[in-house]
Amino acid sequence: MDMKITCLHDRHLKLGAKMTEFGGFDMPVSYRGILQEHQAVREACGVFDCSHMGEIDLKGKDALKFLNEITTNDFTDLKDKQLQYTLLCEESGGVVDDLMVYQFNKEHYLLVVNASNTIKDFKWLTSHQSPYDIELSNDSEFFGQLALQGPKAVEILKVLIPEVASLTFMHFDTFVWNHHEFIISRSGYTGEDGFEIYGSPKATVVLWDQLMTLNVEPCGLGARDTLRFEAGLPLYGHEINGFITPLEAGLSFGVKLHKPFIGRDVLLKQKEQGLERRIIGLELLERNIARDGYIVYDANQKMIGYITTGYMIPNTNKALANAMIDSSVKIGTEVFVEIRNKMVKAVIRNRKFYEKKYKKEV
Amino acid sequence: MEKILKDLLYTPTHEWVKIENNTAKIGITDYAQHSLGSVVFVDLPNVGSAFGQFDPFGAVESVKAASDLLMPVSGKVIAVNDALVSQPELLNEDAFANWLIEVEVKDPSEVAKLLSPDAYQKTLH
Repeated sequence: MDMKITCLHDRHLKLGAKMTEFGGFDMPVSYRGILQEHQAVREACGVFDCSHMGEIDLKGKDALKFLNEITTNDFTDLKDKQLQYTLLCEESGGVVDDLMVYQFNKEHYLLVVNASNTIKDFKWLTSHQSPYDIELSNDSEFFGQLALQGPKAVEILKVLIPEVASLTFMHFDTFVWNHHEFIISRSGYTGEDGFEIYGSPKATVVLWDQLMTLNVEPCGLGARDTLRFEAGLPLYGHEINGFITPLEAGLSFGVKLHKPFIGRDVLLKQKEQGLERRIIGLELLERNIARDGYIVYDANQKMIGYITTGYMIPNTNKALANAMIDSSVKIGTEVFVEIRNKMVKAVIRNRKFYEKKYKKEV
Repeated sequence: MEKILKDLLYTPTHEWVKIENNTAKIGITDYAQHSLGSVVFVDLPNVGSAFGQFDPFGAVESVKAASDLLMPVSGKVIAVNDALVSQPELLNEDAFANWLIEVEVKDPSEVAKLLSPDAYQKTLH
């Protein structure tokens, strides 16, 4: 099957980006280099092409009821022009996808989903649609998306759209710039202050070109992953998938067990009985890198879990990882990661690798 | 255009080898460092360990991924370039100047299975 491309594909090629397949799209991994791009977002400002992500429009009288009964979070008290994280689960409690939900009003929402899951999610949602008075529409191809991230993001975007400065974390609004309409939220996937910006593909290209003239670092999926990992944010296919529940992944903040939803029975039971395993942090004590899929052992060579994401944090010598580990193994325990037939010493730790810099007040 | 040195032999997996008498210095090619991007870690074997031809003897890692290093010729490791442990980025600066390991060559006839500079060049594009 041919790879899909985003509206910015020719820009990526012109910038000489290293490209890779991701979620069915030919996407940039890096431009100048992952180390430089990671640092730019932590210290200044970077922009990511996120146009591959899926956008699903949800409208109708029962839109709120549908979200509450199909997804794990509770939208009852969410206000208009706010967004909220939630998950879709199977009856088994395993995760179908995680997503951001933008509330225009209680009868109109925009669901932003992982690129690789867009079609699966749309089918999942429509297969549960019949008892509800709602309309669902997969509008992914009508949207481009940019994520402008970093401590200088607000200064830069303010030059184009002054009103964005008054948005606080997890709030959004619609804005017009250069005759184009955008939905802009103060949010992101890097642990920094920043914005996620949705517009038509054409508008997205115009805005990207403008940002390139404003000293913004173009950033690829490589830095996007190291940044979200360092900030403790999950990635579908790594920390969550159909065989991992949100509770095991440490996402209980997005799961409201007081109301019925698909998968709730299993999650309630897990909560009552305690988790057998959970995603936790791990730090190598010897110089090496623990990668996704490597096996973790205790001091008696008993297998206790596996790595879900691991990196040497860019521009440091710290090798950190997320790992799915038996709950009996507590923080502070010395363990071993098998790396190329060697047992490398590590310690179980918390996942606070980075202090998030969200702008909760302006 | 990636640099290829004329006085070296190559593997299809982007290692170079320089054979002098019965010892060989082994490294990764300019093409390899370029495809990897920033090298952040090099995992090298201990002096004294022995490997067969095309066996994995270590790994070179970018931010994103680990790539196995394969032995161009069978032999025992007699020296390791320790500078790469603290400064893996040297491989990005000059992959040919910074060898990884030096080995005692076990079977000189194995060089027949290696690629000439021209043959290696042809595998790249």
